Amino acid sequence: MSEQRDIRIEVPVLARVEGEGALELDIEQGSITNLKLRIFEPPRFFEKFVETHTCDDVIDMVARICGICPVAYQMSAAQAFERLFEVDPGPWVRDMRRVMYCGEWLQSHALHIHLLAAPDFLGFGNAIEMAEKYPDEVRRGLMLQTLGNDLIALFGARSVHPVGLRVGGFYHAPSIEEVAQMRERLQAALPEAEALVAWAASLQVPDDHQQFVSAGLRHPDEYGIYSGNMVSDSGLDIDVSRWDEHIREIHMPHSTALHAELDGKPYLVGPLARLNINLDKLPPETAALLAETGVVFPSDNMFHSLLARAVEVHMVVLQASQLLQNYALPDRPWADWQPKAGVAFGASEAPRGTLWHRYDVDDQGHVTSARIVPPTSQNQSRIEQDIALSLQNFGLDKPEEAIRLHAETVIRNYDPCISCATHFLSLKVRRD
Amino acid sequence: MQKPKIAVHKFSSCDGCQLAFLNLGETLLELPKLVDIVHFAEAGPMDEDQPVDVALVEGSVNTAHDLERIQRIRKNARYLISIGACATSGGLQALRNMADAKAWESAIYASPEHLDSLDTATAIADHVKVDLALWGCPVNSRQVLSALRDLLFGVAPREEKQPLCMECKRLGKVCTLVTKQAQCMGPVTKAGCGALCPSMGRACYACYGPSEQVNDASLGRRFEGFGLLPADVARRFHFISNGAPAFKSAGDRFRSQ
Repeated sequence: MSEQRDIRIEVPVLARVEGEGALELDIEQGSITNLKLRIFEPPRFFEKFVETHTCDDVIDMVARICGICPVAYQMSAAQAFERLFEVDPGPWVRDMRRVMYCGEWLQSHALHIHLLAAPDFLGFGNAIEMAEKYPDEVRRGLMLQTLGNDLIALFGARSVHPVGLRVGGFYHAPSIEEVAQMRERLQAALPEAEALVAWAASLQVPDDHQQFVSAGLRHPDEYGIYSGNMVSDSGLDIDVSRWDEHIREIHMPHSTALHAELDGKPYLVGPLARLNINLDKLPPETAALLAETGVVFPSDNMFHSLLARAVEVHMVVLQASQLLQNYALPDRPWADWQPKAGVAFGASEAPRGTLWHRYDVDDQGHVTSARIVPPTSQNQSRIEQDIALSLQNFGLDKPEEAIRLHAETVIRNYDPCISCATHFLSLKVRRD
Repeated sequence: MQKPKIAVHKFSSCDGCQLAFLNLGETLLELPKLVDIVHFAEAGPMDEDQPVDVALVEGSVNTAHDLERIQRIRKNARYLISIGACATSGGLQALRNMADAKAWESAIYASPEHLDSLDTATAIADHVKVDLALWGCPVNSRQVLSALRDLLFGVAPREEKQPLCMECKRLGKVCTLVTKQAQCMGPVTKAGCGALCPSMGRACYACYGPSEQVNDASLGRRFEGFGLLPADVARRFHFISNGAPAFKSAGDRFRSQ
């Protein structure tokens, strides 16, 4: 029998995650007695800030919640307002927003795979060290990340806090020449994205099977990115306006972020959950590529998240290229709208999971209250559950350093975005 | 010769300004040839207390722990650069300074006394000496790299002071304020972004902070001529860089009208 030890592991600042979080883990007599993913970024009160501002201002404000997924914030907000005002921006805007969103998935996934997650699986402290041994893989990742950033900038002038989106559409349509150049780059990147999928599938990851609920947006015609119903593999299928009937947030004292539960249980959002419930919506080329890897989806191994990200990278490069194929300039890249009082609901799939917005709007089109549920707060209960289960599988008798690294690897695998998770604490004020 | 040491520190922020490094693409792999990155949590290296030649600081000061940490960072840095709106003026989140944030917190938390959160979100320069402030929400890679390049060559980096209008004219963009009556903040906003919003045919919303000599009264009157109420004009100033003194006072003046 292995020796029974008492270990206390504290990771005061988690490296290679977005925002500041920490881990507390106590193991006594061979079992976990305390496990907390502590999020201590101070509350940022964004929902209070948007009050009194116009809907178009709000699109620029909510982007500032997250530097890594500003497009997701802008897309969820824009769709919420358009739905309330009953404005249909038309197929051009819809397609081009999907292309812009593909850019955000591409840059965020490429960043996460290469700069944040892969060093764990290949035994490096960071990507710069990893680049000495794997220069081609890291360069390929950085090339894809840059392509994603440039795709966002094509529609938004810059990739962090882009300035292109407005209620009803876009401020500006890119020129035929700019789009043609971008399309050439996307076409040239397709073989690179294919190679990325094969490489991601070849990484040795732990064989760690767990039971969890996968949830995310699902759309009848396409892989859930821009819009859809909130769907889970345990039978949920609701319009996003019915979110509150099933998803509740609770405040844990150890965290400045709220934890969300779906019908009273932890659940997973993000690439793995999304692929699990959207498998039949993959383009045939991407589905064939995934089949070649031999990894079977739906998967209950959380460590397949990295492969799911790579599969989504291939899909978005392909889709962006297809949607830009017969690009034509619109008469005007936005539709007119009239404000209307009411409640606005919108959701889209941020790279790391479903991002839900709700706004109360007055008849002048000013926001009077707001509520935002980001992916990381939805995943927080699942992450803690996962660390506990995964460490049991890994073996609590392993050396302390190995346990610490394994726990960190589990957390990074979710690509948690702590800046997002802590922006939103004002919501209970409204409920009280 | 030993390479200069740099550190990237994060305070309360969206992480977007650090992306000026992480979004460099292949240039990111060149950077370690010029400098030794000793602390950059999001990228991996972690050694917060090592003395460095240049400390780049993102985010605003929001907690008691932040207060103590920024002093340590200053002590360990020969040169300290604040990057982005949050570090340089408090950022959008400084809007809390105009509200009763403590009341929000006590309504949210069962035991707010355990919460490490100050009443305000403030700029780094409110607490320690900042040698160079880089404005922008977010800063772009060109700004950050050229500042580092200047320092590597032993030259004092030049601070941008001109208004965006100058940059817009140099780039040959059509003026949105004149031609579209757009509520463009370009006349009072620092240049440096590349005139992105006017390039998209929309009004600048001042994410690069105030330029030198802000003529807010005149610009505000122009906006009122477009039909804006004083409260609407105030919100133009009380936006991304609301904590910058020139914009704070301009917004306050219109708000009290």
